Amino acid sequence: MIYTEKVMEHFQNPRNVGVIKDADGVGQVGNPVCGDMMTFYIKVKDKRLVDIKFQTFGCGAAIAVSSIVSEMAMGKTLEEAMKITNSIVAEELGGLPKNKLHCSNLGADALHKAIEDYKQKTEKKEVAPSQERCYCPYCEGPLEGLEDYCEKCQIEFEKCPECGKPIRKDEGKCLHCGTEVQTT
Amino acid sequence: MKRVYLDHIATTPLHSQALETMLPYLRENFGNPQSLHSPGQEALSALEQAREKVAELIHASPSEIIFTSTGSESNNFALKGLALAQRGRGEHLVVSAIEHQSVLHSVKSLEKWGFSTTLVPVDNKGLVDPEEVRKALRKDTILVSIMLASSEVGTVEPVAEIAKICRSQNVLFHTDAVAAVGNIPVDVKELEIDSLSLAGDQFYGPKGSAALFLKKGTRIFPFIEGGIQEGGRRAGTENVAGIVGLGKAAEIAKREMEARQKKIRPLRDRLIEGLLQKVEHVILTGHEEKRLPHHASFCIEFIEGEAMLLNLDMKGVAASSGSACTSRALKASHVLLAMGISHALAQGSLVFSLIEENEAADIDYLLEIFPPIIDRLRKMSPLYTKYLEERKK
Repeated sequence: MIYTEKVMEHFQNPRNVGVIKDADGVGQVGNPVCGDMMTFYIKVKDKRLVDIKFQTFGCGAAIAVSSIVSEMAMGKTLEEAMKITNSIVAEELGGLPKNKLHCSNLGADALHKAIEDYKQKTEKKEVAPSQERCYCPYCEGPLEGLEDYCEKCQIEFEKCPECGKPIRKDEGKCLHCGTEVQTT
Repeated sequence: MKRVYLDHIATTPLHSQALETMLPYLRENFGNPQSLHSPGQEALSALEQAREKVAELIHASPSEIIFTSTGSESNNFALKGLALAQRGRGEHLVVSAIEHQSVLHSVKSLEKWGFSTTLVPVDNKGLVDPEEVRKALRKDTILVSIMLASSEVGTVEPVAEIAKICRSQNVLFHTDAVAAVGNIPVDVKELEIDSLSLAGDQFYGPKGSAALFLKKGTRIFPFIEGGIQEGGRRAGTENVAGIVGLGKAAEIAKREMEARQKKIRPLRDRLIEGLLQKVEHVILTGHEEKRLPHHASFCIEFIEGEAMLLNLDMKGVAASSGSACTSRALKASHVLLAMGISHALAQGSLVFSLIEENEAADIDYLLEIFPPIIDRLRKMSPLYTKYLEERKK
């Protein structure tokens, strides 16, 4: 089996699956190109996460990650929840296969996006837009400095000549704007 | 728990008779076929008998069969070996967009060595249009490689027609027939092709034993050098037991192919019809009629392949998928994308492949346990929720 027992346990019995219709915050990350999409819904009371639900389109790792993130964040303060990182998530699951590590980014990111969404709505405060940075289109993780390589996914990128966003080398087609890209 | 293996396109079990014929060559008949003494000559004779059987399966001459280790090796050998041998005539190749990676990567290497390639598209059923091949041919085209049947979507290509076009232009034609040989009749004389790859583990032969058919008089650059084995084209001490097993499997396949097909085809249809009828938003990938008799492939909308495979495995069912998540490179199947299937839909790819040992009860079991799995994953999927909301509007 490629996954740990804990991953399989969460995959088989994911906690907190669903939708919160009157959610205080919603966060969505990912795209079907890399295979994974997650939506997190949160309810907040006194700056605490009183309810969390998620939906995930993706592999076993993506589903297990969503489940454990929802479990880890439940009842936490917003501040505490923002401290849940991808590496903590992966560790909590007893590790993930190397090429599935990017799934753990998605879980934490979706939760954080939902919290940011809540803050924007309630505090009517513009959350400082995250610094202009390139993100890996496959795992949504930031491409630190090296804009042509994602360490998590071990994927090489080139810039789409049309929209300038990173795309996988030799992809042939930009997944952001759909432009046909001549492979170099 | 019930165990149902429906991933025979990955590999088939070894036929018990093939195993029996192999065993002496792993034990007492261990001789090297190149040795002049009796033990060596016994091994050589077994090797040549196997060559005859493999040749018979595809209606070739024994001297046209080169033993290799795998289908991938045969494809590498054909693409690189033929291209290098023909280099004086030109440096252009034509292959389809849905070829196996062993063809596509060979072509990439050839490009690094100065060759150029044209990729021929396929339609939404995975079919290559022979006219597209004709259009892709240039004065300096030396080799065309189009697979006989796709392991991912089961589509059987119009290879005879394509070979005819190539012949008329004096261009060599290779076909990757790994998924086809042993499962459907393949006759190299009828197809009039120059080169063909086949692999034993697709029809009850042992793994690590495959072959390249090369039409008499066709020049090829040796793949492994340093010995006189396989006419000096593929050096190295022969895998005698493996080759003997391949020969036996070929003999049985030729004899039983029709009976096997008669048994498998209705099961395959039962699977396809059953799933399409029981579950909404499922599409059959590949061609409805022009497809391998043991192959049923689908895209299940709104959910992802690996999650389905894990759930099926927990219920004892083995299948495969072309989803990005199941590939180590995290790339969706190039075959599905070339057919115009979107990334999201390609993620829901699932392939079932049968053998005659499968029974109607196996298919019924799958049809019983699979719909609830799909249902459960869809309830978890944001894409499905979005679809339901849009449908309400």
